[in-house]
Amino acid sequence: MSIDRRSLIKCGAAGAGVAIAASTLPALAARPRKEAPADAVGMLYDTTLCIGCKTCVVACREANGKPPDTSNSPGRLYDMPLDLNGTTKNVIKLYKDPDGAERSYMKAQCMHCIDPACVGACMLGALQKRELGIVTYKQEFCSGCRYCQMACPFNIPKFEWSSRAPLMDKCEMCVHRVVKGQQPGCTEVCPRKAIVFGKRADLLAEAKRRIAGSPKKYKGYRKGDAPRVYGETEGGGTQVLYVSHVPFEKLGLPDLGDKPVPEVAQTVQHGIYQGFVAPVALYAVLGAVIMRNKKAEGQKGKAS
Amino acid sequence: MSAVHEAEPVGGPIVTRGFRAVSLVLAIGVVFMIYRFMAGLGASTGLSDGYPWGIWIAFDVVTGTALACGGYAVAILVYILNKGQYHPLVRPAILTSALGYSLAGLAITIDVGRGWLLYRVPLYANHWNLNSALLEVALCVMSYIAVLWIELSPAFMEHFKKGPDGFLKSASNTLYPIVQNLLPWFIALGLLLPTMHQSSLGTVMLLTGAKLHPLWSTPLLPLLFLISCVGMGYAIVVFESTLASALLKRPKETEMLAGLGGVVGPVLYGYTAIRLVDLAVRGQLGAIFTSGKYSAFFLVEMALFLAPAVLLRDAKKRRDPGHLFRMAMVMILAGGLYRIDSYIVAFRPGDQYSYFPTVPEFMITFGLLALEIMLYVVIIKTFPILGGSGSKAPSAVAER
Repeated sequence: MSIDRRSLIKCGAAGAGVAIAASTLPALAARPRKEAPADAVGMLYDTTLCIGCKTCVVACREANGKPPDTSNSPGRLYDMPLDLNGTTKNVIKLYKDPDGAERSYMKAQCMHCIDPACVGACMLGALQKRELGIVTYKQEFCSGCRYCQMACPFNIPKFEWSSRAPLMDKCEMCVHRVVKGQQPGCTEVCPRKAIVFGKRADLLAEAKRRIAGSPKKYKGYRKGDAPRVYGETEGGGTQVLYVSHVPFEKLGLPDLGDKPVPEVAQTVQHGIYQGFVAPVALYAVLGAVIMRNKKAEGQKGKAS
Repeated sequence: MSAVHEAEPVGGPIVTRGFRAVSLVLAIGVVFMIYRFMAGLGASTGLSDGYPWGIWIAFDVVTGTALACGGYAVAILVYILNKGQYHPLVRPAILTSALGYSLAGLAITIDVGRGWLLYRVPLYANHWNLNSALLEVALCVMSYIAVLWIELSPAFMEHFKKGPDGFLKSASNTLYPIVQNLLPWFIALGLLLPTMHQSSLGTVMLLTGAKLHPLWSTPLLPLLFLISCVGMGYAIVVFESTLASALLKRPKETEMLAGLGGVVGPVLYGYTAIRLVDLAVRGQLGAIFTSGKYSAFFLVEMALFLAPAVLLRDAKKRRDPGHLFRMAMVMILAGGLYRIDSYIVAFRPGDQYSYFPTVPEFMITFGLLALEIMLYVVIIKTFPILGGSGSKAPSAVAER
């Protein structure tokens, strides 16, 4: 009773063929690129202006009711977050070339992507682009699965690792202030206007104006690249924009190309599950084959 | 679809020396579970904002459910390819699938930050994010757990029908014919749901984009996860049947298992071929040798996938239970390593992060495995799951 290999290979080949077709077809019909909403707000950070005073870090805590992070401070005297974390939505880091004089501050917070991977990941839509294109978080829909962290190319969403009922935490561009006509905490206090708030379209124009004004001062992604605005197209575009006097890669910004991070995954997912046709069809076929086999078996049983 | 041999309970005492040893592992796991909920995930695990998923997801859930694909793989063979001779393998395979998936579900509730809110995932249908592959996995896995226990329920009802009068007996008598009539539709669901979520477990990692190494990140991730889980399904059936024969001194199912050994060859060749062709199409063949530790992991994976395919080509060797068992182990390792690599090793959040599982993570994983073994033993000894041997196993046998 050796197994009929030929029929099996046939069946396997057919199955694989269908599966390959299912996963390559959608590539032909890739999902449309998303545009920033017309009223999209954003922030523009200019490394040439930042002096690293961290006033924005303090203002962010006040605006969001977050306690200082003294866990890394000897004697717990200072607010010293080492990076974004469960209580820190905004942080100023320092980049310093180990072999040279090149240095720059770097402000890290949510980039508010136009097509965010975290929003694509979140099972119940706790993370969503809501008013003004701001990526906001509603805790009642979050079970703490942390898929948003896996998906985010900027490693922005942070988890309350020491809590027994942990939530996610990330910059929401102070949406609670913005809807009241105020500015985000960080942009309001910046003494050098290194971080400014406004409509994304206006900020993009301003960033390009600055680069055009001093093309030698600003840099591109790598050393030697033409100067550009990070976030104009990166990962499908972000609502927080950067211009910098050191290459963006030195600041830890990822090299994303202009393709939105969720594009491939969602093209595949939607290709397979378009209108839920494939699963229903597969179910009907499986059911029919099982019934047919069962009937054949029953007849065999009667005959003998 | 009449069974060739009627299934019957193995019988014998449940609490043996081996059972006590395994229950100790469970007890240790429970202590660490309590610790995990008291101290929080930060203190009890090696997880971080860079590596938010560790072995509880990559091993307990992603590898665990693939190993629980025995029910899926055997059902394809018996119900779709109509190989009735494998019917005795169905119930034991469905049982391990039901246990494997249920405990993967338990692992998820331990892993997520607020497991007590997971009930909202199936209930809040108006909030479902249909873009989320993880949502699809969650819903499919929840449904599949229910389907597996329904598929298995005739075994429990057959037991209760013979038992003392009472609610269980009358309920079993009423429900048995109903379930038997509906069974083909549940079997079809039991084939559809794993096809959906085992492939989606691959799609899940596609969303991590460039953070996943190019040797693993491909639009064909769902297909590769699906094919490899079928291979692992056959392997685990061989693994279990061989162990059950040896430990419970039951008759060997060599003929059937040799047949399974013949099935996996095409599956594994297909997997390897698709993976290499995909790398060629994406222009990443060079990365196989130039990616440092990633190259090493990739090559080990390939070797583990190809070795059983090659070494099981000889039909005579497939009838050697020891050889077959070793090859099943290699297949399990291959599929397991592919999943651990795809979820942890090839995931690159940045140089500032690192991950290695902590003692509580290991101990809770071992505890869940122990619980699975204990439930398996209790169920096969009490209910008609395994193919009948003609005579009850002598009770001394169970002392192992």
